[in-house]
Amino acid sequence: MTDPLQRPRRKDPLRRTTLGHVPPRLRSRAAMEMATHAAQGRFVLQTCESCDRATYPPRDRCPNCWGELVWREQDAGGQVAAETTIRHSTDTYFRNHMPWRIGTVRLDAGPTAIVHLHGEAGVGDRVNMVLKLDRGGNPALFAMPRGDVPNMQDDPQFRSFTADPKHRRVLVTDGRTDTGQAIARALLDAGAAKVFVGDCAPLMRFAGKQQLAALDGAELVPLDVTDTHSVGNLAAQLGGRIDIVINTAGQVREGGVAFGAKLSDLQAGLDTGVVGLMRLAQAFGPALGARSDDGVNSAAAFLDVVPVSGLSGQSGYSGTAASAAARLSLLSGFRGEMQKAGIRVMSVLTGPVDDAWHQRLPQPKTAPSHLARTVVAALRDGQEISCAGDVAKDLFARWRADPLLTMREENR
Amino acid sequence: MTQTPLAALSQALITGGVECIDLTNTLSPDFPVIVLPAEFGQCAPFRMEKVSRYDDNGPAWYWNNISMNEHTGTHFDAPAHWVTGKDLPSNTVDAVPVQDFVAPAVVIDISDEAAADEDFVVTRAFLEDWEARHGKIPDRHWIALRTDWYKRVGTPDYLNLKEDGAHSPGPDGGAMDFLVHQRNCIGLAVETVGTDAGQAFHFDPPLPAHSILHGNGRYGLQCLTNLDKLPTFGALIVACPLKIEGGSGSPLRVIALVERAQA
Repeated sequence: MTDPLQRPRRKDPLRRTTLGHVPPRLRSRAAMEMATHAAQGRFVLQTCESCDRATYPPRDRCPNCWGELVWREQDAGGQVAAETTIRHSTDTYFRNHMPWRIGTVRLDAGPTAIVHLHGEAGVGDRVNMVLKLDRGGNPALFAMPRGDVPNMQDDPQFRSFTADPKHRRVLVTDGRTDTGQAIARALLDAGAAKVFVGDCAPLMRFAGKQQLAALDGAELVPLDVTDTHSVGNLAAQLGGRIDIVINTAGQVREGGVAFGAKLSDLQAGLDTGVVGLMRLAQAFGPALGARSDDGVNSAAAFLDVVPVSGLSGQSGYSGTAASAAARLSLLSGFRGEMQKAGIRVMSVLTGPVDDAWHQRLPQPKTAPSHLARTVVAALRDGQEISCAGDVAKDLFARWRADPLLTMREENR
Repeated sequence: MTQTPLAALSQALITGGVECIDLTNTLSPDFPVIVLPAEFGQCAPFRMEKVSRYDDNGPAWYWNNISMNEHTGTHFDAPAHWVTGKDLPSNTVDAVPVQDFVAPAVVIDISDEAAADEDFVVTRAFLEDWEARHGKIPDRHWIALRTDWYKRVGTPDYLNLKEDGAHSPGPDGGAMDFLVHQRNCIGLAVETVGTDAGQAFHFDPPLPAHSILHGNGRYGLQCLTNLDKLPTFGALIVACPLKIEGGSGSPLRVIALVERAQA
């Protein structure tokens, strides 16, 4: 079994916080392609279109026959052929994480790869390979033990590839919705040390407030993402002890572009969804970035819950989709910025949530509890892009295959 | 030489015989705005984005962009705010005669009644009884309804929004007919978030203060503070809304001129 992770003691105020270095980031375009698959939680390798052999590490042509390479999902099995423990490195990131175990794994898919080893995976073991993103956003193969290993998630090496909420302190930006409340609950169930839950109108009651306030580990905090002062004030108070930010704020309103739309709704929606995201990023991003290597409860991630319609637009909800699209664009930029600081910027794409603002839409809709499970799973897996609900999964799959067609389909 | 009225006022302002009382709540992001049922458009709260504060965006100067609804914070309601006033002449803030921005006030104190019953309704009978005790409400005055509601600002009890709607005092239709048609008031000035009672949607007619005031070219002043500092008669209210083209109302600074009590 893996030693269970101990809840960290409070910080020694005399100790200089370890700077959050990131692993080396000079990679090829092919490696970046691999990263986009890792971001979606897929185990892929390049396969030659001519000779059908899988290859690793990423290359531009097949090393066997010079054929074209394409990314294909692969059998994730393998066997550890050799292992070694690195005790010295000239790299600033790895120097702070010594000793570090790596191994050689014969992949069932064909190639032999040098991989990061889970503490419970050793020579001769059958392993499950996962494709992860390291803190700098690089793709990396990680060998996980097979079977049920207690506390498997707690392996310190593996933990650096995830944003596991265990023992971490999380901010959920909007707790006035079922979604925000379900996420807060799921985080506490997943071992979060503390969940701060934003309330944009502390003087105004909301359904579920009593139950939320009574949750052990949850604390309501005033936070209105449409108010720069409010966001700044909370960051000033809590920025240094929030390890994960989960943005659940957003406004969904019906309406087209030329027909049935209200400009005041669009403005309010953009202010909440887009400007609000930027306010959060500006207020919390630097504090997160400064603590990306701060021990067990290092700062780890900024996760945005965003409508999947941002990929395609959506008839009947054009303004909401436009706000989501702008949000996705900001997230891409924010991701690039935070990768340099070792913080994961993640998005959970959601279909229409089963709430009062999607009453006119038919099922299936995304249940807040399902959304919450997806959020926690994304953090535990360190998965940059996840889909919550069948609608989101379907749209995302169609969009990957043909974005222009999906836009037409969604805007009929 | 006989002193003109304005010269006398100027002199009194200089010597302190007349003092100014601020009837305005501070515009801040936290100041509550009226909340409508969720399917309606909502009143935008006050927001302030810094443009520069002696920084790289403006090294020697400090200024902000601000945004809000016309009915955010202490604000003025023009007749065009309500459907009953939509076709009246000069019904928007830019067109309202400026003469109306300076007017005397009569303060009707219902703070005890409001403390005992947060849904206290001012009726014509109540006003007639009030006149019997205090004297007739003069022509062309603001009717300032003192409820001490401003002391609730910063607590949930200010909007007092319960599951069956808001609860705050206000007038009924009979009282508004009386004030507008019999007493020719300038308008109704209140400390609550609206001129109407919290439950006035259920009155007959619904929202009688808005309906009758604005339908007859009168005005509303809401979210006032310090009405308890004014005398029953004799205060002069200065309330100048922003000159917003076609505006239905405006946040504004409201002050009252009162004669200082002689020692």
